[in-house]
Amino acid sequence: MFFTYLRRELRRRKKAAIVISMGLALGIALVITVNSVSAGMSQAQGKVLQSLYGLGTDMTVSKAAAAASSTSGQPRFNFGARDDSKNQSSDRVMVQGFETLKSSVVTQVADQTGVKKAVGGLSLSVIKVSGTFDRGTFKQNQSAGGKPGGGGSGAPQGQVQGGGADFSINSFSVYGTDVANLDLGPLTSSKITSGKGFTSADTNAKVVVLDKSYAKTKKLTVGDSVTISGTKFKVIGIATADSGDSAANAYIPLQRAQTLADSKDKVTTVYVQAADSKKISAVKTAIQKNISGTTVTTSADLADTVSGSLSTASNLATSVGKWLSIAVLIAAFLVAALLTSSAVNRRVREFGTLKALGWKSGRVTRQVMGEAFVNGLLGGALGIALGLAAAYTVTAISPTLTASLGSTAGAGAGPGAGGGGRFGGAGGPGQQAASKALKIALEAPVSVNTIVLAVALAVAGGLIAGTFGGWRASRLRPADALRRVE
Amino acid sequence: MYKLSGVTKQYSRGKETVHALRGIDLVIEDGDQVVIQGPTGGGKSTLLQMLGALDRPTAGSIEFDGVDIAKLSETKLTRLRAEKIGIIFQSFNLIPTLTAQENVETALAPMGTKPAERRRLAAEALESVGLGERLHHLPGELSGGQQQRVAISRALVKKPKVLLADEPTGALDEGTRDEILALLDGLWKEYGLTFIMVTHDSHIAKSAPRLATIKAGQVTITDQARQTAPVSY
Repeated sequence: MFFTYLRRELRRRKKAAIVISMGLALGIALVITVNSVSAGMSQAQGKVLQSLYGLGTDMTVSKAAAAASSTSGQPRFNFGARDDSKNQSSDRVMVQGFETLKSSVVTQVADQTGVKKAVGGLSLSVIKVSGTFDRGTFKQNQSAGGKPGGGGSGAPQGQVQGGGADFSINSFSVYGTDVANLDLGPLTSSKITSGKGFTSADTNAKVVVLDKSYAKTKKLTVGDSVTISGTKFKVIGIATADSGDSAANAYIPLQRAQTLADSKDKVTTVYVQAADSKKISAVKTAIQKNISGTTVTTSADLADTVSGSLSTASNLATSVGKWLSIAVLIAAFLVAALLTSSAVNRRVREFGTLKALGWKSGRVTRQVMGEAFVNGLLGGALGIALGLAAAYTVTAISPTLTASLGSTAGAGAGPGAGGGGRFGGAGGPGQQAASKALKIALEAPVSVNTIVLAVALAVAGGLIAGTFGGWRASRLRPADALRRVE
Repeated sequence: MYKLSGVTKQYSRGKETVHALRGIDLVIEDGDQVVIQGPTGGGKSTLLQMLGALDRPTAGSIEFDGVDIAKLSETKLTRLRAEKIGIIFQSFNLIPTLTAQENVETALAPMGTKPAERRRLAAEALESVGLGERLHHLPGELSGGQQQRVAISRALVKKPKVLLADEPTGALDEGTRDEILALLDGLWKEYGLTFIMVTHDSHIAKSAPRLATIKAGQVTITDQARQTAPVSY
């Protein structure tokens, strides 16, 4: 009887059922879309952070960069002019940010309570100037004095013609990797897609792994060689960054990097993995307290420095999106409750008759709640379908968002500043902090939790509407069945 | 069966207090057929609500088989209505989305009758009023007379002790009215029911065995040709 009556009533009140279901569906679809887009934003932010830190890094320890004086630390290139138009080349290797930590700091950090692992790395910036630097030729003036052996001043009259410089500047970033600890640090966010990666035997080897984009630009492949400051490195592998943006153009063994930069036993950044991801804040405090002069930056600190359209969209999704979906849901619940209640009002005589026939209030209430519940479930199913379609559309379109990172200068800035792992083409020597814009394609992944939330909301919507209607129905008197006018 | 003593019913309509029943005393025996007649607003329907355990009096007592139903809990009143009282309404009050058979089944649902048994009893009840061919028709597909027959089947399928009818022919034409009255009269005798009918139709009132005239909330009983149905319970 319950199901027969339920089915027939839903069919009779098809329009109202559709309105209720559509309202709930809209709210639920919005919740799914906002949730999945927010998850996509978090994922995108994660990718941005991962491109800096690599996988598994919870925080970095670096030394805040001191403000650079106008000239100190700036590279100088000396070229002598020549007559033979021969190509000359000179390169300078500098530690990125100029501030280094002693390698012993890595051990100190690793010994702190709550630290699972600490690995050091050295960020270098290489500027290579190459080209021809020709001497000009003196051409004597024929009409004016200065005849050889003549009187007068005796100095030849004439002018220097030709000469000059034709050179190009190539700057790229190099990261010194601890080849004994390859599971932490920026290289973990890249995959070796050609050749091979480092092994612990490469501690002092003259080998290099190139970033795919850089290798493509310079037309370098596995087996080729790259010369950095007079040392020839063999390309053993090509790495492709997961996020499409790598931490450096080239990776070499840490010891080699230290030699190149004349920074023996120095690192710029210590990558730290905490033993418990929930105690990152405590570990940060411990490091800052026990190892003076260091700046500890967690991924949460870094996330705050993310700006650009990713940040704007993320804020929109979490604030406007959240409140919009809550508002639509509340409106949908209210509409469902009002329509259910109004349907009960129109069925006063019907329910009164059933009560007069001996139906208990609970039975009548269950019937009303059952109808509202099914409306809720229909709305939920429709909402999930709409939400999935919206999330799929966002993923299919994959709108590109830009994220700018770590542009804050001075002490206390994230890894984008000073000794952090931020380098690359845009970052040159003397630059306090290299801000970098990354392009991330937005996806909208729908998690099981989101679906469970949607189903829970649908059930809640149905129950709220049913409770309203059921409460009205339970209060009806059987005598109402005798009312002659409907 | 019914013994009403000093039954009073008042209710508020805005600021005004309406005295629907004013101290009614009335005895109705098992198997009686009583027609309650009176002007509109005289209290007919209110009295029927009291007899049908649909409402409680403001004062007084209504004994049904020796139990004061005015003092029964809501649950017990509901059970009393489900098991012992059948009601027919002027506008039939059928559920528009349910078929004739399903409408009759609604009276058996609160009694815990199993679905198969429910369907069988409902079909039998409809056959007994000549609607064996209309089991699966919706109320909208039936004439007024047929709808009232369905309502009668619904009231009688549970074999009640009392059949209450509120203007059962009020919405029917004359021919159908006589047909329904004849059917009710036959069922009253066949089932041995106590049959109480409210009407404002003087033609029906004149031919009633017992006539209760209600006016301004007070009732006068007249035994015109009193007879009782052979009580079968």
